[in-house]
Amino acid sequence: MAYTPELRKLIKRVEKTRPARVERKKRGEEFPAQSLKEREDILKYHPDFKDEGRSEIRVGPSKGYKISNEIVELLHAKSRVSPDLLDLSNPDYEIDILIIGGGGAGTSAALMARENGAKVIIATKLRHGDANTMMAEGGIQAATKNRKDSPYYHYLDAMGGGHFTNVPELVETLVNDAPLALKWLESLGTMFSKFDDGRLKTMHGGGTSRRRMHYAGDITGAEIMRTIRDEARNHKDDIRVLEFSPAVELIVNEKGHCAGAILYNLETEEYIIVKAKATIIATGGSGRLHMQNFMTTNHYGATADGLIMAYRAGVSLNFLHTVQYHPTGAVFPEQAEGLLITEKFRGAGANIVNIDGEQFVYEREPRDVEASTIIRECKGVGKGVPIPAGKFGVWLDSPMIDILKGKGTIRKEFPGKWILFKRYDIDITKDPMLIYPTLHYQNGGLEINSKCETSLPGLYAGGEVSGGIHGENRLMGNSLLDVTVFGRIAGKAAAGYAKTKFRDGKLTLDHVTKYHKELEKEGVDVGGRVSPMLLPDYSNPEVREKQLTTKYLGTIR
Amino acid sequence: MSNNSDSKKKNKKQSETTLEMVPVFIMGKKYDVPATLTIQKAFEYAGYQLVRGCGCRGGICGACGTVYRFPDSYRIEVGLACQTVVKPNMYISQIPFFPANKAVYDIEELEPTGSTVTALYPEIFKCVGCGTCTRSCPMDIDVMEYISRAIRGDIAGAAELSFDCVMCGLCTARCPSELVQYNIGILTRRLYGRHIAKRAKHLEDAVENVKQKKFDKGIKKLKKMDIDKLKAVYSARETEPQFGPEEWEPENKDYLITE
Repeated sequence: MAYTPELRKLIKRVEKTRPARVERKKRGEEFPAQSLKEREDILKYHPDFKDEGRSEIRVGPSKGYKISNEIVELLHAKSRVSPDLLDLSNPDYEIDILIIGGGGAGTSAALMARENGAKVIIATKLRHGDANTMMAEGGIQAATKNRKDSPYYHYLDAMGGGHFTNVPELVETLVNDAPLALKWLESLGTMFSKFDDGRLKTMHGGGTSRRRMHYAGDITGAEIMRTIRDEARNHKDDIRVLEFSPAVELIVNEKGHCAGAILYNLETEEYIIVKAKATIIATGGSGRLHMQNFMTTNHYGATADGLIMAYRAGVSLNFLHTVQYHPTGAVFPEQAEGLLITEKFRGAGANIVNIDGEQFVYEREPRDVEASTIIRECKGVGKGVPIPAGKFGVWLDSPMIDILKGKGTIRKEFPGKWILFKRYDIDITKDPMLIYPTLHYQNGGLEINSKCETSLPGLYAGGEVSGGIHGENRLMGNSLLDVTVFGRIAGKAAAGYAKTKFRDGKLTLDHVTKYHKELEKEGVDVGGRVSPMLLPDYSNPEVREKQLTTKYLGTIR
Repeated sequence: MSNNSDSKKKNKKQSETTLEMVPVFIMGKKYDVPATLTIQKAFEYAGYQLVRGCGCRGGICGACGTVYRFPDSYRIEVGLACQTVVKPNMYISQIPFFPANKAVYDIEELEPTGSTVTALYPEIFKCVGCGTCTRSCPMDIDVMEYISRAIRGDIAGAAELSFDCVMCGLCTARCPSELVQYNIGILTRRLYGRHIAKRAKHLEDAVENVKQKKFDKGIKKLKKMDIDKLKAVYSARETEPQFGPEEWEPENKDYLITE
């Protein structure tokens, strides 16, 4: 899938302007960053500003809130289980803490809950560690070099990135706990990129005023995830993992406390009842809903399950009116479509240029500004690069990195991407990559406080499923930080709750019954839909049409 | 209705004439799929809805280890289903799970030596040096070499060489000596990260500074600020140069630790 002859011709234009751009970069001359006013104007090109992409939620605690159609559709759906048909009196498992989700937040929570004396079950939809955390490439922010950086500046940057809408208490917790989170990861043996004397290497990310992005090659998230997963596996008596068993509904007991969840074994199709003294939702994001038909960088299971379950149980939603599009997702070759090309490429010096090889944007704007400017260049200005599949992209001029920082830098700093593109016969040390914004992150989610408590006693949330930390737009490197910081907090807080505050009582699904009634009362046409979605369906629709017996009863479907 | 399905059929025909199709054999069963698809998308095109054997769809989680073979070839080839483009007449089988032993340990207590590794994974000595693991790695890692480095006690070398491992388990599935290479790999990486790489002193200081609430005053001020003032402070903040020296210091040191 090497570049087509047409694209090869266009690459010549990029090569022509490259030497001058490299010289400018060397002199420290950057394309001018946009002012706050300019940012406001450019954001009109952001998909969030398309009114037809959103609709009102008609039931529940955030009734009237306008968010992505795709999430609303799942909220306007019935439970997968019929509350009357389930006997909750004999739980299959009883445990101190149930954690729903086995990614970065869930696993951090499990380790901290255990440290605080709790026995834990992690219920996860796919395998332990199959999560967006695994895919995060660029790095993790923390103000660890206090001669030039401090949580003060980290706070300021995060607020500016979020357009000053972030919940201040949550940001304060994020930036203050950041060094501690990093130290914890270091002590578990995470292989961060370091100088020989032990100093952590750091770089810039979009919207940072100080170089505070710590990293482990270009697979920072994978390195963190496999390390904490390995640690969890070292405590298998205390942390039990149920794979391929997503939660489909929370259980609320007669005292009004969250008391576990109903799981669904994807393979045997059984429903399983887990009774827990405290429950943590760490189900991550929703990129696989493909808002406005955008491609996504997200892993297969990112389908908003936690949002749906907790919303039915009465937890409000916030900041879901904004969705993060990562400025640089691969658009060529087709097989790599949607694949994340880390912001670190820009941090390392690569320009973004249009069809004529001209720069049109400062490379380290906050993500929504960067993405909007790229969309405008393609759709408004008309200087996008046409791609065989009828789409457009712009160039990310990776070869600049080796010129600026020495031959071999790309292979050393971006081994994952180098090998990936090599498989497609593209050498990113010599040729630029074609990119376009891609659905990346759920900025908002469940409303929590700085202890990860939700409005439902006994229910905690941490990581991408929660909202408020990043306001309307997250900065690079604050999500790996978010899952670690708030995962840890949730685990500790839930362990404390399980010990002292939990009140036992009869298990019920009354909140589901109530939600169903409200749907009916509001005249919402659920059209036979059930949620959470659990997995997207990419199977061939023509084959689906021929699966005539999927709804029949019999020994085999 | 019938009109719809008629036009759909026409569309299908049209799209098939423009799409180059290739035959592949999914667990021995033949399907014709577009030539540009990855193995993963070929399964889906054939009609599968994947539950096992599919994770990040981006080549890093290791859920979709796959083996395949061509007719008349003795070679077993490997790849990640989400990264490997189909080729005509591939016989494909995914290995979504393979039983593997994992030693349980307290990383704090361990010494970063070869004998730590060999004590936890004594079967490592069974390695016959056949190199099947290296040939089975979809990430092109020299697996056999990191195993021999681990045996030799070169923990740093093993950690570095195994760094790109996605833990898909293909090496383990094919190892005639029944080693679990990828678990040995992560053990060496954690030993390196915990015990060999020097600790970051500045990180420890930063944790201590937060603990002593040295930045609380500044952040409180920001929290109380009205939004216009906050925007002004934000816009006026100094930005560290992208390629400046590590020792760069800003003019304003009010909210930093300078001693």
